[in-house]
Amino acid sequence: MQIIEDGNTAAALGVRLCRPQVIAAYPITPQTPLTEKLSEYVEEGSLAAEYIPVESEHSALAVCIAASSAGSRVFTATSANGLLYMHEQIQWAAGARLPIVMCVVNRAVGAPWNIWNDQQDSISQRDTGWIQIYCADHQQIIDTVIKAYWLAEKVSIPIMVCYDGYILSHTFMPFDLPQQKKVDAFLPPFKPDYALNPDEPANLNTVTLPDVRVDVHGELAHGYMEIRYLLQKDTRLALQEAAQAEKRFAEVFGRGGDPYIEPYLCDDAEYIAVGLGSITYQLRVCVDELRREGIKVGVMGVRYYRPFPDKVIAGALKGKKAVIVFEKAISYGYEGALASDLKSALYEYLAGTGSLPVIQNYIAGIGGREIRTDNLTKALKAATKGRVAQEPVWIGLKL
Amino acid sequence: MGTGNYRRKTSHSEHGPGDGGSTGSWRVERPFIDEALCIPCRRNKEACFICWLYCPEIVISRTIPPVVDLEYCKGCGICAEECPTKAITMVDEARFAHDNKKKE
Repeated sequence: MQIIEDGNTAAALGVRLCRPQVIAAYPITPQTPLTEKLSEYVEEGSLAAEYIPVESEHSALAVCIAASSAGSRVFTATSANGLLYMHEQIQWAAGARLPIVMCVVNRAVGAPWNIWNDQQDSISQRDTGWIQIYCADHQQIIDTVIKAYWLAEKVSIPIMVCYDGYILSHTFMPFDLPQQKKVDAFLPPFKPDYALNPDEPANLNTVTLPDVRVDVHGELAHGYMEIRYLLQKDTRLALQEAAQAEKRFAEVFGRGGDPYIEPYLCDDAEYIAVGLGSITYQLRVCVDELRREGIKVGVMGVRYYRPFPDKVIAGALKGKKAVIVFEKAISYGYEGALASDLKSALYEYLAGTGSLPVIQNYIAGIGGREIRTDNLTKALKAATKGRVAQEPVWIGLKL
Repeated sequence: MGTGNYRRKTSHSEHGPGDGGSTGSWRVERPFIDEALCIPCRRNKEACFICWLYCPEIVISRTIPPVVDLEYCKGCGICAEECPTKAITMVDEARFAHDNKKKE
């Protein structure tokens, strides 16, 4: 059924279709309408979940960690400083291998205080052990939430479903609302391998020694390092499972594509713009315009940021003259994190082949600064004529 | 240990001796049970076992006499504190280290 709703509602509807049993969230702009919608669904009885109001984001994730450990399917959502306030629990959830799904409605972080969109919040959580998926429209938001539960529960790794604040969260667009029975067919009820049980007391994630040890059953139990290695190993394996999720989803719902990247006019392109989230759809307008001028450009949206689909990305960018990376976040003191990761992937797979593209890094839309399409087009066009600058160039900066 | 995949990938432990690993050589004092004062020993009856109940490492056996598994005992002294007849005293490990040396 096609409906027209805002992005937060798309996320809320997607969450409801997944039948979470426990929801704990603390409202923060621009995520607020999402949590309000979910509490309304619980109140009216259309979602049979326990909605636990909390006094902070740290507690919201702590509640989800406890509920997930007890075997419940859980959901939370946040933005910006709320996400940063969760930081300690974010790392905990990953180390505890809990399949929590969280929407991150991307917003700039303080200081100075700012409620508008950029992606510094989720990018700054890159190394926490969570899977990160970026959405470019409302259909992707609702579909990704559903796929995320399947994948998280498959690999026992928590997932952030990230979408741009306001640009997606508060704008209305048409999208298909999946049928409940199809979602139920795609996503079976959560059956954890292990759940807390009062009849069999156990300690989860208490002090874990640097070395392995013999447990009370006489079996060799992992040390901290083994547990952390398995998190890395399984996060890389999640790339394959993501393809499986995409395939199964396409079978049930009849839509989907490449799970990792979203290419637009890339096949014959000499220059490729790369980004995360809604900016990649805006870049399509620039690409169309430059194509009319005869410049062979394309745009590639990166959907999975962690695990990073390095091989797929290197394959897609092989032989291109230049790769132009547009980012709404920066690793202060160096460059955009995505640009660094792309360079790493290209070096890994293309070094010595003579087909390493030039990388140009642009920073745009920080703190909600309007990203004018004509400015984007100009920046993209300039990068097709050679390296603009070695340092990342901030688009629309008024200094 | 369960068969679940999840359990093998996380830090999971159950109540029992060794939950926190072997003690190693750092224990400062070890409990010594005076059987002349210990209730189950004195009466030759399964009684009291307050030490067994309170031991946080679960390394004291419910037997006559109660036996402390020194591989895992951390020397916390809770058993000595709780013993109603003061049958347990905490003894400096240095004494045993000295005795061991003499044996060698």
